[in-house]
Amino acid sequence: MEQKKEKVPRVTMPEQTVSSRIRNFNEVPVGLTEAMAVQEAARCLQCKNPQCVEGCPVEVDIPGFLRLVKEQKFLEAARKIKEKNALPAVCGRVCPQEDQCEKRCILGVRGEPCAVGYLERFVADWEASQIRADKPAVALAPPTGFRVAVVGSGPSGLTVAADLAVLGHEVTMFEALHQTGGVLVYGIPEFRLPKAIVGREVEYVRSLGVKIYTDFIVGQTFSVDELLANGFQAVYLALGAGLPMFMQLQGENLNGIYSANEFLTRVNLMRAWEFPQADTPVYVGKNVAVIGGGNVAMDCARTALRLGAKRVTVVYRRSRSEMPARHEEIIRAEEEGIIFYYLTNPIRYLADDKHWVRAMECLRMELTQPDASGRRSVVPIEGSEQTIDFDSVIVAIGTRANPIVALTTPDLKVNKWGYYIVDEATGQTSKPGVFAGGDIVTGSATVISAMGAGRKAARAIHRMLTGDPAPGAAPEAP
Amino acid sequence: MAEQDLVKLEAFDFYSSNRVMEKSELAKRTIVRMVIETPLIARKAKAGQFIILRVREGGERVPMTISDKDPDKGTITIYFQVVGKTTALMRTLEVGDRFQDVVGPLGKPDHIEKVGRIVMVGGGTGTAVLYHITTAYRQLDNYIIGIIGAREKELIILEKEMRQVCNEVIIVTDDGSYGEKGLVTDALGKCLKQYNDIRLVWGIGPLAMMKAVANQTRPHKIKTMVSLNPIMLDGTGMCGCCRVSVGGIARFCCVDGPGFDGHEVDFDELLRRKGMFLSYERDSLLFSVR
Repeated sequence: MEQKKEKVPRVTMPEQTVSSRIRNFNEVPVGLTEAMAVQEAARCLQCKNPQCVEGCPVEVDIPGFLRLVKEQKFLEAARKIKEKNALPAVCGRVCPQEDQCEKRCILGVRGEPCAVGYLERFVADWEASQIRADKPAVALAPPTGFRVAVVGSGPSGLTVAADLAVLGHEVTMFEALHQTGGVLVYGIPEFRLPKAIVGREVEYVRSLGVKIYTDFIVGQTFSVDELLANGFQAVYLALGAGLPMFMQLQGENLNGIYSANEFLTRVNLMRAWEFPQADTPVYVGKNVAVIGGGNVAMDCARTALRLGAKRVTVVYRRSRSEMPARHEEIIRAEEEGIIFYYLTNPIRYLADDKHWVRAMECLRMELTQPDASGRRSVVPIEGSEQTIDFDSVIVAIGTRANPIVALTTPDLKVNKWGYYIVDEATGQTSKPGVFAGGDIVTGSATVISAMGAGRKAARAIHRMLTGDPAPGAAPEAP
Repeated sequence: MAEQDLVKLEAFDFYSSNRVMEKSELAKRTIVRMVIETPLIARKAKAGQFIILRVREGGERVPMTISDKDPDKGTITIYFQVVGKTTALMRTLEVGDRFQDVVGPLGKPDHIEKVGRIVMVGGGTGTAVLYHITTAYRQLDNYIIGIIGAREKELIILEKEMRQVCNEVIIVTDDGSYGEKGLVTDALGKCLKQYNDIRLVWGIGPLAMMKAVANQTRPHKIKTMVSLNPIMLDGTGMCGCCRVSVGGIARFCCVDGPGFDGHEVDFDELLRRKGMFLSYERDSLLFSVR
């Protein structure tokens, strides 16, 4: 085969060294240089029928922004992304690109796909370094006079708020916590998503004219019906994760056993890593177990390490290839010295004389043959009980639905797990004028899927309010 | 929704509220009473519900049960004891100062109905929480016997207020300096002997007191409710920090409570979990005075 130009390998993102990063909360990958970004963007084949865009839940014009990067038009590239994605600095960092845009990249068939995520992060950071985040990057449509309430300021809520504000609607956002950003703030650690970046993205959404109330818990402070009666023609519910799941094991309420949500909220939202400068403490043992195999489990394990744990072990009941965490996160955790006990499942916790956790009793598991859906289950190996010492445990096995809004909104239909029943294409709930998306509909999922749900709902809300067929794209930059 | 029930969101200036409107120190200055301007919360607060507050940026999120509200003035009342850094900081706020954050009302309102004869038992700042719930029962025309206990006379709070909403009030002090000498459980024991038609008992106070009350009514099979106050973070059904074993099942105080059946609560576990960060509390205080 004839090869015209020399093959350029995929760029490697510079990172903090392992020995330094496990002692700080700074971001691990440090970002591409301009030269790296231009070279990487030039690898894009500019496909006529770009598969990557189909792989993107919010349909970012990927070849379009990559071409602008190649031409060194970084600001224009950022605006190209912001036509479809209000949170590029977040998505460039936490999206599982390997399962989405980059998975579909034609370059990936024979070699390495184009580093779309790195480049998205690059242009978002470049833009932030050049211009003020509180100036809208896109033109706003003239005011429509319609008012929309968005409940929850996480990725899904921010997307809906931004999309509808650009379309000229008056958007008010209600956040239960004292800080905006939802899981981006309380859940994802600083070393993976610096809080300053979340703050910048929130300021951007605010710059579009979105009004934000913190410390406001819809379902209690105001009911959904009261919002509707207050002249909001539409309400979007993006409440996020609910109560953490536990395994209902003996000893699970011993001191020293946390849910992932509690552990991460203490550290991230309440900044316990700065204790005693910040008032909220966190206890981290010397020898920590994290139960679970998702991104949240990796976040907990790597956070515990940075807080001074001597030994951190991830305990997961299946094997490495079934782990739901991003490959990149597993690799980073392994590099940092996190230990993995695969095919291991806790069955009870043992206490010391002061009722703190001292050890975990667990069973070895084995994988069964794949079932009809191709999924491999696990069964315990009889007689394989063993006791492993741990002085703290973080349970990261997922969350359930938050009950608060449903309890005070009787005509909102939920399924047997408490998740909202919605029309998948629009996010419309059983209650007229009320839409929902993100974890409160799907259960624990990714930032970008919550944003994708927000994008669909924003279109449906716009259509409901104005009768317009939903616009394919927001207006071009001025 | 009926027109007269409509509350205009615009009518509330969120960020001018959270102001301390009244402050007084009671019980030999061991308990602080504060009236806080939070119109949205005052409008909705029901007996048994709580707020979460932060004193300042970087401060802890602390749950405080609402002990009274005035929807017309837009205020709620809380009582607290200085037990650690955050409550010490709260005490430094004076009339006119603002809390950084106040969010609520949180938790399930207690189910209040007419049941007949009720005994309401309060100890320490628990009496303040008890008062709000007692008021709600009073409105439904129940026969209410209030029992308020403290170590000594000067530590008794809310006697006058409780007398206004109870049919009988029994005061007990450990040293006999006021009312009957003894513990609240002694007074409760007398009530249980005197009346055979007690339908409900509420106990709110220190965990040891609530446990003792529940143990005392268990053989009589009288429904006994308690209001729990575990450590919380978000208080909105997200973090799971406030889990408590009720009937052997982990329940979450912030969305399932804070009122629970006292006969089902594992008080010992809750007491241990409340002590989980005690050593940090000391470090936190020492850091501030250094």
